Amino acid sequence: MARDPDMQQTPPRHDATQAEPCLLRTANLTKQYGPVTVLSNVGIDIHAGEIHAIIGENGAGKSTLMRLISGYVQPSAGTIAVSGKPVAFATPHQAEEAGIVLVHQEILLAEGLSVAENLFLGRELTRNGLVDDRAMHRIAREKLDELGCHVSPRTLVRDVGLADRQLIQIGRALLDDHKLVIFDEPTAVLTGNEVERLLEIVLRLKDRNMGVLYISHRLDEVQRLADKVTVLRDGKMIGTYAGHTLSQMDMAELMVGRELSALYPPKSDAPRGEAILRVSNATVPGYANDVSFTLHKGEILGFAGMIGAGRTELFEGIVGLRPVDARVELHGQPMAIRSPREAIDAGIGYLTEDRKGKGLLLQERLAPNLTLSALRRLNPGLWLRKHQEAVALDQAVDRYDIRVRSLRLHAGQLSGGNQQKLLLAKILLTNPSVVIIDEPTRGIDIANKAQIYTFIRKLVSEGKACVVISSEMQELIGLCDRILVMRQGRINGEIAGERMTESNIAWLATAEAGVAHATEGGRV
Amino acid sequence: MSVATTEPGRLERDRDFNFNWAAAGPFLALLVLLAIGFVINPDFLSATNLSNVITRSAFIAIIAVGATFVISSGGLDLSVGSMAAFITGITIMCMNMMVPNVGLWSIPAGMAIAVLAGIACGLVNGVIVTVGKIEPFIATLGTMGIFRALITYMSDGGTIPIDRTLREAYRPVYFGTVAGIPLPILISLAVAALGAFILYKTKYGRQCAAAGANEDVARYSGISIIRTRTIAYVIQGACVAIAAICYVPRLGAATPTTGVLWELQVITAVVIGGTALRGGKGRIWGTVAGAVILELIANLMVLSDFVSEYLVAAVQGVIIIIAMLIQRFSK
Repeated sequence: MARDPDMQQTPPRHDATQAEPCLLRTANLTKQYGPVTVLSNVGIDIHAGEIHAIIGENGAGKSTLMRLISGYVQPSAGTIAVSGKPVAFATPHQAEEAGIVLVHQEILLAEGLSVAENLFLGRELTRNGLVDDRAMHRIAREKLDELGCHVSPRTLVRDVGLADRQLIQIGRALLDDHKLVIFDEPTAVLTGNEVERLLEIVLRLKDRNMGVLYISHRLDEVQRLADKVTVLRDGKMIGTYAGHTLSQMDMAELMVGRELSALYPPKSDAPRGEAILRVSNATVPGYANDVSFTLHKGEILGFAGMIGAGRTELFEGIVGLRPVDARVELHGQPMAIRSPREAIDAGIGYLTEDRKGKGLLLQERLAPNLTLSALRRLNPGLWLRKHQEAVALDQAVDRYDIRVRSLRLHAGQLSGGNQQKLLLAKILLTNPSVVIIDEPTRGIDIANKAQIYTFIRKLVSEGKACVVISSEMQELIGLCDRILVMRQGRINGEIAGERMTESNIAWLATAEAGVAHATEGGRV
Repeated sequence: MSVATTEPGRLERDRDFNFNWAAAGPFLALLVLLAIGFVINPDFLSATNLSNVITRSAFIAIIAVGATFVISSGGLDLSVGSMAAFITGITIMCMNMMVPNVGLWSIPAGMAIAVLAGIACGLVNGVIVTVGKIEPFIATLGTMGIFRALITYMSDGGTIPIDRTLREAYRPVYFGTVAGIPLPILISLAVAALGAFILYKTKYGRQCAAAGANEDVARYSGISIIRTRTIAYVIQGACVAIAAICYVPRLGAATPTTGVLWELQVITAVVIGGTALRGGKGRIWGTVAGAVILELIANLMVLSDFVSEYLVAAVQGVIIIIAMLIQRFSK
């Protein structure tokens, strides 16, 4: 059940007894893009020596909040005060000068430069007007040691692993003395031990009396670290809670805004159908290694794993988007799929995770977008049948409840949820028997999510089979009949029924294969 | 229940009031130019002058129709000028070779050879760009040099004149008229109409625009980028061949300077016609208007005394930059 924010809100700490004003305070912070409000009336306080976590689903406004605080975007309304003084940052640089630094989620480093050069990029130390490499290497060494990163400052970033790159990025942020460090999903690309190391670094910052704003959707991390937790949902602030008062389940329900069980359609209790898609020994060089699985009729099969586990690449390989070595049987027939065209003809539809970059032509109208994959099916012969196209669009708008002001809008003018529904309609227009959906609800609001889950359940109840790849564990647990967990390109375990829990998924996603199997009886 | 289907009236209104300035821009510019021309020199609007100007713009217009395909599919072709010279040379040489045996039949045979040569040249460009995965700019810069060198070599640095016996029979292809309209104008209109049909009414046209608008989306939608772009270059080659066929009787010869800097005019015509240089939706009729605009400006400069006609290329250069700036800031 969702909690009432008023009951749980921590008492305000800025009472008269506290001499020092809080490190950062926002009041009524609001951001609008045109008519769309992405963040409204957010007020948070961050104190020195405190870890304040911001949680919320994708699209809840977490990144917008961070970007406002760190000067990347400017608020439409509301105020930000640092140590009691109101500020208006026009650039990230101004925020840094005020002692606020953002550690980006994406790794933004120049691969062709050395570690030290990256650390000092844009603020090189000079002596007599020339860059002072000796001093920079010395300081780089110190900073890296402090972070427990053991690469040489002279190594090119290109040759450094992902986890170390993340540490270098943090090192960059900590090079100067800042008062407030903002972490944006810092552990998204890290594995077990590396996550531990990062959490220790964050706790050490707190000990040094710095303020930390920590954005993550890994609730176990939030629970371990956070002194305070602020929940955002659909751009609105739900409340700020003392960290120890919330269980992970409480946090999840606050983020979603309703009981989790109501979000997902009931699972089917029909016995498992015949095998539709059988993939054996699939290897996508550099991404997936010797993966085998079977997908049954009427089944939603989840693929869990961390970013970089090779899930997306595996399926891009299977549908002919990248080179793959695999045996694929569809309806018992061996298939050789060498191009996306052949996958569509065979009845395998793949819905990309990158809706805007790879899914839709944002500058095009809805109808051409809808029919792009199904041009051949809808238009036998050379020319386009625009009437067919209009009929298809009408049907899709109805069936998938795509809310549009006008059918002549461009796809880019739709909201994320409606874009996702359009993309789903586009893939289903090719009439696939197997539908592979990569991140079905990334960045869309809760009502659209629930609808998309219902559509997916309906698909399989009509005899199709569905693969869902998702980074949101709750989504996989709520939606899928069975979950395969990948780690470093291999399937590390399978769970179903009662055993589908966040901790089991997280365990299988990070633990070594041998360990996972050895402890399967105990843990999983 | 969908909002869209319950508000048909609203959707209708959209259709009525949706005037597309981007699409109309080149035609408005054309009208403005005509008005300016008339003010400067009333002879400018005479039927003779206009038909001369438009006839001269026909080569660029025909080639630019092909370039609209290449550019809207996300490519670029710098080799069109050299290719036109090369095909002109091949066509004349083949016709001259066939004259002793087949007489005047060598003209249609030569035209067929021109089209085949154009398709082959386009195919070479297309395959280098798509299969070879070379940047279109570099790939066609290379073939531009190759075609130019080949025509220089074939003509031994001089000219390749067409056989005397063919000259009279071939003349009407450039100088002839039907119902008072010069043949090159009719040919370019026909090419543009066919181009517009392919780009707007066929599956290929849709795929072409998709490949140019976002290569990833097209690929993920099961469209073969290699096939789509290669066909665009082949269409470009065929258009260059048609322009070459019209060009032969104008001078009656091919020379190493035939078609020099045509690529600049062609790309300018496409861009001022409203097609985005980065790919996406192409505007065939805008391209044709663009080609006419370029020739009109050159003509205006000759007829007026304000600017030296030696600066024609400079003015065209300014126009392409302005067109790009408009595209950039109107988004």
